[in-house]
Amino acid sequence: MTKRAPLSLLIFVIVYLLFLYAPVVLLPLFAFNDSAIIAFPLDGFTMKWFWALGEEESLFRALKNSLIIAVSASLLSTCFGLLTARALARHQFLGKQAIFGLIMAPLFLPEIIIGVSILIVLMQLGLNLSIWTVIAGHVLIVTPFSVSILTTSFSNMDRSLEEASLDLGETNFGTFRRVILPLVAPGLISSLLIGFTISLDEFVIAFFLTGTDPTLPVYIWSMLRFPSKLPTVMALGFVLLVMSLILLSLFEYFRRRSEKLTGGYGKTQHHIAQEGE
Amino acid sequence: MASPSPKKQTNVPSMVKLSGIRKSFTDVEVVKGVDLDIGKGEFFSLLGPSGCGKTTLLRMIAGFESANEGIISINGEQMNKVDANERPTNMVFQSYAIFPHLNVAQNVAYGLKKLGLSKDEMKKKVDEMLKLVDLDGYQERQSYALSGGQRQRVALARALIMEPKVLLLDEPLSALDKKLREHMQQELRRLQRTLGITFILVTHDQEEALIMSDRIAVMFDGKIAQVGTPREIYERPVSQRVASFIGVMNFLKGDLNGKTEKGISITSDMFGEIMLDANQMPSPLEPGAVTIGIRPEMMSVLYRDSDAADNRLTVKVTSVDYYGDMTFYAVSIPKSENHLSVCMRNTVGRHVYQLDDDIVIGWSNASMVVLR
Repeated sequence: MTKRAPLSLLIFVIVYLLFLYAPVVLLPLFAFNDSAIIAFPLDGFTMKWFWALGEEESLFRALKNSLIIAVSASLLSTCFGLLTARALARHQFLGKQAIFGLIMAPLFLPEIIIGVSILIVLMQLGLNLSIWTVIAGHVLIVTPFSVSILTTSFSNMDRSLEEASLDLGETNFGTFRRVILPLVAPGLISSLLIGFTISLDEFVIAFFLTGTDPTLPVYIWSMLRFPSKLPTVMALGFVLLVMSLILLSLFEYFRRRSEKLTGGYGKTQHHIAQEGE
Repeated sequence: MASPSPKKQTNVPSMVKLSGIRKSFTDVEVVKGVDLDIGKGEFFSLLGPSGCGKTTLLRMIAGFESANEGIISINGEQMNKVDANERPTNMVFQSYAIFPHLNVAQNVAYGLKKLGLSKDEMKKKVDEMLKLVDLDGYQERQSYALSGGQRQRVALARALIMEPKVLLLDEPLSALDKKLREHMQQELRRLQRTLGITFILVTHDQEEALIMSDRIAVMFDGKIAQVGTPREIYERPVSQRVASFIGVMNFLKGDLNGKTEKGISITSDMFGEIMLDANQMPSPLEPGAVTIGIRPEMMSVLYRDSDAADNRLTVKVTSVDYYGDMTFYAVSIPKSENHLSVCMRNTVGRHVYQLDDDIVIGWSNASMVVLR
C-alpha cells in the first residue's frame, strides 16, 4: 500500500479539504480581527469581540436554553430509543414494521414541515411555546437516530446472554443492569452524543417552536440582522468550534474507555454503530 | 452377541418428570405429547434430527419456554409456574453465552452474587470450580481471549458452581473440532460421574449420545420414538427410522408367524422359517409383514466355506469404501433388488475385495431384530 496516489486524486483531496475547512478557518480569523466589517484585508489582532460576547446577557440565556434542550432531548430520545430498540430486537408483534417506519419517518421529512405541523397542533391545543415545546420537537427528530444506533447494539447481542443471566438466578431487572446495560453502553453514549449535537445546532424546528426563550442558533440568526454584531457572532462561532472539539475528544475518550471495559465486543459494536451513522 | 441388558429397573429416584408435554409456536406444534422420567444422577440424552423438538423440550425444562399442556416437575416439585431464575437447573448454551464484558472469574461468579457470600468464600469457590474444569490460572483472562474449548469450560463452571439439581446441555460440543469434541465427551462424562448431578444433553450426533449417555430418548417430529440405554437403542431399535438414525442398518422383508414359548417365529424367502429370541422383537407386533434388521458389522464376509454362519448368501460387490480400520462393502443380492451393506474390520492378511467380486456373506440368527 505504499504506492503513490495519482496526482489528480491528490488535487481532488486538497480541493475537497479546502472547500470543507476554509470557511471554518475564516471563523477565528475574523473573530480576532480588529474591524467591524467582515472583509479582507485584516486590520489587526483584538479580543474585544470576545469581551463583547461576555456582555451579551441574552446570549448566555440562549446558551443556557440550548443546553437544557439538548441535554433533555438527548436523554429522552435515548430512553425512548433504548425501549424501542429492545422491543424491536426481542419481540414479534403486530404492525412491527409499520411502527418502525413511523418512528423513523421524521428522519426523511423536511424539518420545516415538522416544525409547522407541531406549531399548528400546539396552537390548536392552546399550548404556549416554551423550552418544552422545542424539546418535544427535538425528541421527535433525534429519536430515529437513537433507535437506529441502539437497534444495532441490541441485534448484535446474543439472546442467550440474557437467558444465561436468568438461568443463573438473576432477576429481569438484575439482568438488565448487569448484562444488557454494560453491553449497550457504547451505543447509549453514541446516542446521547448524537442527540446532543443534533439538538444543539438544530435551527428550523427551534425557530418555529421557540417562545420567548430562543435557542442559541435562533439567537445567532437574530443577531445577523445587525451588521455591527457580525464580529461578535464570529467570536461566538469560534467558541462553539472549540467547545465541539473538546466534546468530540471527550466522546472519543469515553468510547475508548468503554471499549477497554467491554473488550473486543465494544470494538465491533462501535464499528457497526459508525456504519449506521 | 450378548443380548443387551433388560430395561433399566427404575429403582433410581426420579429427578425430572415430564408428562403430556405439548408446545406450539404460533400455529406449528413442535412438541406433541412427551412423557419422560429422568432419574437422579442419570446422564440422559435427547437425540434427534434438527427440528424434532429436542431443544424446545430442554428449554421448557429450563423455564425459557412454557408448555401449552402437560406437567413438568423437578425433584418432585411442579415447575410449570416457576420462572427460569427460580428453577434448580442450570444450562450450558450452544453459543456458551459467556458474558463478553466480564473476565473468566467474574463470569463464573455471576450467579453467586445472589447468595451473599463473602469475597473470600466466593474466590475460593470460583478457584475450586476452575480447577475442576481444568482452567486454573485463567481467572483474570478476558472472555474474548478464550478459545472455543475454554469458553465451553467457563460455561460449564459457571453453571456447575450453582450446584444445580439438573445440568442442561444444549448441543455443547457442536462448535468444537473433532479432537476437542472427543476429549470434552470424556471430560463431561467424568464430571458427571464425579458430581453425581443429573445431566440432560441435547444432541443430533448419535455417536455422541451413544458414548456419553446412560439412557437416550430418540425424538422425531415432536414425539419420542424410543427411550433406552445406548445398547437397547442401537441393537434393539423399535422402528426403521430409529435404526437408520442411529447408524446404518440393513432391512430385509419377512413375515411374523407368531409368538410361542420358544420365542418368535419368522419366515423370509432368503432363509426360510427360523425361531428368534423374544427380546429380538423390541416392540410387540401383530403377525404379518415385518422388517428384519441387521447391522452391517453383524454381517461378515465368509472367506472360507468352512466358516460357520446361521445364514449365508452369495452376493456381488457393488461398491467398496475403505476407511483404514474398516472396509464397507455394498453388495447386491442376485435376482433381487435388495442391497445390503457389510462392514469388515481390516486385519493382517485379510483380503479386501474389489468391485464385481462374488463373495459369500453370513450372519447369525441372534444378530437380527424384528421391527416395524
